[in-house]
Amino acid sequence: MTRRGLSLGKKLVLAAPYVWIVAFLLAPMLFILKISLSHSVLARPPYAPTFSLEDGLASLWGKAQTLSLDAWRALLDDPLYLEAYGSSLAIAAVATALTLLIAYPFALAMARAPQRLRPLLIGFAVAPFWTSFLIRVYAWTLLLKDEGLINHALMALHVIAAPLPMFATTGAVVVGIIYSYLPFMLLPLYAALEGQDPTLREAAADLGASPREVFFRVTLPLSRDGVVAGCLLVFIPAVGEFVIPDLLGGSGVLMIGRALWNDFFANHDWPAASAMAMALLAALMIPLLYYERSRQKSEAQR
Amino acid sequence: MTLLRVENLRKSYGAVMALDDVSLDVEEGEFFALLGPSGCGKTTLMRAVAGFETPDAGRIALAGGDLQGVPPWRRPVNMMFQSYALFPHLDVAANIGFGLRQQGKPRDEIAQRVAALLELIQLPEHGARRISALSGGQRQRVALARALAPGPRLLLLDEPLGALDKKLREETQFQLKDIQRRTKTGFVIVTHDQDEALALADRIAVMRAGRIEQIGSPTEIYERPATRFVAGFVGDTNMIDGCIENGGFAAPFGRIALGICALPDGATASLSLRPERIHLGAEGLSGVVEDFTFRGETTLARIDVGAGHMLRASLPPGARVARGEAVRLVVAADAGVLFAKPAP
Repeated sequence: MTRRGLSLGKKLVLAAPYVWIVAFLLAPMLFILKISLSHSVLARPPYAPTFSLEDGLASLWGKAQTLSLDAWRALLDDPLYLEAYGSSLAIAAVATALTLLIAYPFALAMARAPQRLRPLLIGFAVAPFWTSFLIRVYAWTLLLKDEGLINHALMALHVIAAPLPMFATTGAVVVGIIYSYLPFMLLPLYAALEGQDPTLREAAADLGASPREVFFRVTLPLSRDGVVAGCLLVFIPAVGEFVIPDLLGGSGVLMIGRALWNDFFANHDWPAASAMAMALLAALMIPLLYYERSRQKSEAQR
Repeated sequence: MTLLRVENLRKSYGAVMALDDVSLDVEEGEFFALLGPSGCGKTTLMRAVAGFETPDAGRIALAGGDLQGVPPWRRPVNMMFQSYALFPHLDVAANIGFGLRQQGKPRDEIAQRVAALLELIQLPEHGARRISALSGGQRQRVALARALAPGPRLLLLDEPLGALDKKLREETQFQLKDIQRRTKTGFVIVTHDQDEALALADRIAVMRAGRIEQIGSPTEIYERPATRFVAGFVGDTNMIDGCIENGGFAAPFGRIALGICALPDGATASLSLRPERIHLGAEGLSGVVEDFTFRGETTLARIDVGAGHMLRASLPPGARVARGEAVRLVVAADAGVLFAKPAP
């Protein structure tokens, strides 16, 4: 029996993910790419040219020639965009690093907890998902505002005389990101740590490693896949985050998600917004590709 | 000189006594085996020596120094784990060098020692390999080299050959013995495999239910087992119940002469008779060959000696028997080992 002839059913099953990716990822991306090459007009839709099925070949060619890289040039010319990218990447990077530092001890404690407690602890870790993301972020305004809970408490305790300016700062955005994305860091870390063979730690201790050294020479390096996965799961959405900077950041905090929203909804400049989205995607593909490559490398070693 | 001294060690898990007043000495450069069925406490004893279990009572001393309260990472004892526990994120050389790096040895000294150990375990070209790229036998040897690298006074080996197939196991037994002789390290091996213990060890401690039944050389253990359990656990035997009559052993199916009899007449006793000590002859116990299996170097026959008793006899390769054949069994006077049996 040859293995080459797959049955129709198997072919369909294999095709399903590809169809999904083409229809819901690749095709929309091509639309956005096309819009980014168009120019802005006061019409509906607010860009030109628009291609339609009724166009003849000649008119298609004529329209295609009006496509330009203007929106992309503007992206490079206007320092606002570059600043937005820079500050988005910086905020996301700082927030990711802090999330990792906070989540790691949590994940470690969960992984080393008695077996029967672990499902409960995982339940606690994902419990925030039972409330709307928007409400949870909005709740932070109540904590961080000048007349908010934290300032109230500190002033009542006479720790501070005047309210600390926490709301509408970069710090508030970082706190919001850490809070919102903690479970996404926690779960891959937990999975990586929980799967570790405890005899490896005993072996390291037997060979002269103190508990601290066991952590840095065995536990941490063996959880690398979980660290990488968790960081990507936090970093990538955090870069393009819109809700958190919008609710907690105030007008001073520049992030790419808000710049995008502004161009799209306030300025009706769809080509500029599309170009920005494509550039963001390209910037995020780099860490993703790096992750994929390192994953494949470690898989090959296995 | 005594390398390891274990005195009156006790450890229990809830109601289960894992170690019940265990004492033993291991000499410098000795190959010592802890032998027993699973759950007999041998692994608990080993882990207590390595520092992974805290005994409830008793004392463990290494070369005179008390190990009480000394954490595993400060004990001059290394362990080879049953699962090998090799670090998957490090290559072979880094695995072997782990303990040396931990000791703060300079880089080139580590490299030298690792190269020498790779030579010793006959894997000189494998230093840069990943653990996942090694076969089971190679992993076993890397685990041994890693445990030997820091130069421990005492090496503990937890079922070191358990995961190997039969042929490889035999080959590795010789290697292990050779390495032990060359490194002059004290080896304590934990095993449930009596053949392994007999083949490897200078002395064996047979354990059962948290207690030591007997400590002795392989020949002592095999030929002069101290208890019924040891006789049954180490090697194959026929255990016959009977009583003492006129300085001989009266079995339900006949009389077996005894050389020296320490028990008084009329005492109930058990006689352990190894299959290879039963020979075919012209006179003696009469029986009928029930069946036999060819085992290469010997033929194991089951012989019906009457009164519902079946004796196993290991016959030399030339012996020809047929099923249903009437035979006579010769048992030398010193062939059996007698155990007193408490009156029921």
